[in-house]
Amino acid sequence: MIAETGLAALWLAAGLAAYQFLLMILALRSSIEVARPMRAVAAVQGALTLLAFAMLLLVFARSDMSVALVFENSNSAKPFIYKVAGAWGNHEGSMLMWVTILAIAGAFVALFSRRTGERTLIAALGSQAVLALGFYAFLLIASNPFARLFPAPPDGQGLNPLLQDPGLAFHPPTLYLGYVGLSVAFSFAVGALLTDEVDARLARAMRPWVLGAWILLTLGITAGSYWAYYELGWGGYWFWDPVENASLMPWLAATALLHSINVLAARGALKAWTMMLAVIAFSMSMVGTFLVRSGILTSVHAFAIDPERGTFLLALLAIYVGAAFILFAWRGATLKEGAPFKLVSRESGLVVNNLLLSVILGIVFVGTLYPLFVEALSGEKLSVGAPYFNAVAGPLALVLAILVGIGPLLSWRRERRPILGRLKVPALLGASGLAITIILAPRIGILPRLGFAVAAFLAAASILPLVGRNPLRAPLATWGMVVAHFGVAVALTGMAANAAFSSERLAIAKPGETLSVGPWLVRLDGVTPTAGKNWTAIEGELRASRGEGAITLTPETRYYSDPPTSTNESAIRTFWNGQLYTVIGKQDPAGAWQLRLWWKPFVTLIWAGGALIAIGGALALLGRLLPYFRRRREPEWRRRYA
Amino acid sequence: MKPKNQRLVLVSAALVAVLVAVLLAMWGLRSQASFFYTPADIAAGKAAEGAGARLGGMVEKGSIRRDADGVTIRFVLTDGKAQTPVIFRGIVPDLFREGSGAVAEGRMQGGTFVADTILAKHDERYMPPELGNLAAEHKAGKTLEQ
Repeated sequence: MIAETGLAALWLAAGLAAYQFLLMILALRSSIEVARPMRAVAAVQGALTLLAFAMLLLVFARSDMSVALVFENSNSAKPFIYKVAGAWGNHEGSMLMWVTILAIAGAFVALFSRRTGERTLIAALGSQAVLALGFYAFLLIASNPFARLFPAPPDGQGLNPLLQDPGLAFHPPTLYLGYVGLSVAFSFAVGALLTDEVDARLARAMRPWVLGAWILLTLGITAGSYWAYYELGWGGYWFWDPVENASLMPWLAATALLHSINVLAARGALKAWTMMLAVIAFSMSMVGTFLVRSGILTSVHAFAIDPERGTFLLALLAIYVGAAFILFAWRGATLKEGAPFKLVSRESGLVVNNLLLSVILGIVFVGTLYPLFVEALSGEKLSVGAPYFNAVAGPLALVLAILVGIGPLLSWRRERRPILGRLKVPALLGASGLAITIILAPRIGILPRLGFAVAAFLAAASILPLVGRNPLRAPLATWGMVVAHFGVAVALTGMAANAAFSSERLAIAKPGETLSVGPWLVRLDGVTPTAGKNWTAIEGELRASRGEGAITLTPETRYYSDPPTSTNESAIRTFWNGQLYTVIGKQDPAGAWQLRLWWKPFVTLIWAGGALIAIGGALALLGRLLPYFRRRREPEWRRRYA
Repeated sequence: MKPKNQRLVLVSAALVAVLVAVLLAMWGLRSQASFFYTPADIAAGKAAEGAGARLGGMVEKGSIRRDADGVTIRFVLTDGKAQTPVIFRGIVPDLFREGSGAVAEGRMQGGTFVADTILAKHDERYMPPELGNLAAEHKAGKTLEQ
């Protein structure tokens, strides 16, 4: 009954989405009075998908093996939390989660958004309904999550153990929330293009969604990077894997959108530009979903192979993006440009920011999709990895990081003050950073060296917007910007330190033997077998010291039985100045164990920087939303439709 | 600047950005993309010395040798038509075994393939995608690289 309730809710929600779309067409053709039920319909649609998703969680929590999806992805021996998380750790469940978030976002827009004109809001809700409709069709036709098995099998096939990890259980929802937040920006853009109301009010309505989506994408990418770092046991934090790029591309587009939307909100300029970025940002979310969900890539996370699903997603992508671009080509040219600005101005700075981000996005996009095109066209197989991305996008990212330090100092419209004078201290710090690395570490690579210099410059330059004024009276949004830009400098420092100063040791050791890595001496005390709920493992006991008291680390190799798989569980110990990272491998015939040890100075700054960037976004979001809550009054829709 | 000129400047800037991105990407891909080869391709001399490449095949039975340092292994990958010797320093995936499929990432150096990474059949259901036609046992299913 539970599964059937979920399926019925899904069908009803699909019907309401169709009705919502119909209402939009009628309202735009005649009068907006027709669309009176729109907000209520959108809210009910959101509630119904939430019900369907709750039913899916319930069948997973109860390990109801008569539901095919549960049988294929769960097992009664699994820890409870992973049973529930298993609901979205698979294709059908994750698509249901996608559409649930989409519909709930639509409901929120319907209930709370009253910054845009009514016509634009109706058009935006209509667009949101079309997006949802495509995914309902996808679920109901090609990937029903509630399909039954008869007779019900005794127990399920399990969940891939790599995915049985708290980081990964909550990673996809974070990214999906980000993707779907961008869908709202997309719908607002489409709505405003339809009604010709691209203005500062629209930008202010879009901005919290873009900010929210961007914060979640930042968190998702940061968490995903840390997950890959400790779970894969390879010591790297970013592999330029297509699935990682699938989350990086919407982030790059959202970052550009986030900056240009401020120009639209503050100055009414960059109208067409911002609408274009809103379309591109959601297109990248769709591309990301397609790459991960279609199984077109076979990489760390892509765990579905089924051409029918891929084709369906590709068709949805083509329809949505194609329609939006046609609409943009049709309406974009007639948009009146807003207030003019001079060459040296905040607006120009943000345009340059957008251009650089777009170029980096283009480079990542081409590098990610190129192998797929080549294989489709010629059958030749190739892969594009870190050497390409680092060499091509790396220098551009450094240039962008320099400009991040300068841009916020410019004033709107026209810069009259000499800003170079204000940058003396940061420039001095950057130059001394360069000099210090040349003297103290003459042999490190050119990119890490420049990374240190740029990070020193940016760390100082990023706080300048708070200098020369009372920082406590600066708006929260300014604080957010400062924290986020400072976070970029922090992350950059971590990346440069990791690239320049990591030391690695790969060797074999018998129990009692000692290996050295960086400043550490690591002794293998022993190896013992151990077991968990659904795995067995061998566990190495390592005693590490660098002068002061010794610490113990216990890396494992785990063997799972359902399905049969093994994983390396690294053991990592964090210190203020770096991480000691240990992995245990196989035993050789003579009884010695393979050990892989890293000492990674200041590597944690990478994720600390990511967290700071997200916190900066959260401060800015708070700064934008607080006045809105203070001015809270009877919602307009309630007054209008009571 | 008049609004009309301003838009012209913005549009040209955007077009230049797209052009720059494409040119940079093409330049990068020419030098940095790594192709997938089989041992037969290597024997035919398709892989350039020192250029990044992926090599896929079955690990030949009885070919795995371990160096005295305990972490360097040498083995032979075969596709039934030709053999390529491979050297790798590191911890191999658990299911890297003689007689099963593997993909090595690295480059050719003096007749030997020097691997930075080894991807092997990770669980009962996974096979590196490029090996799909080399092994009949490959079935569609959950896939995960180690």
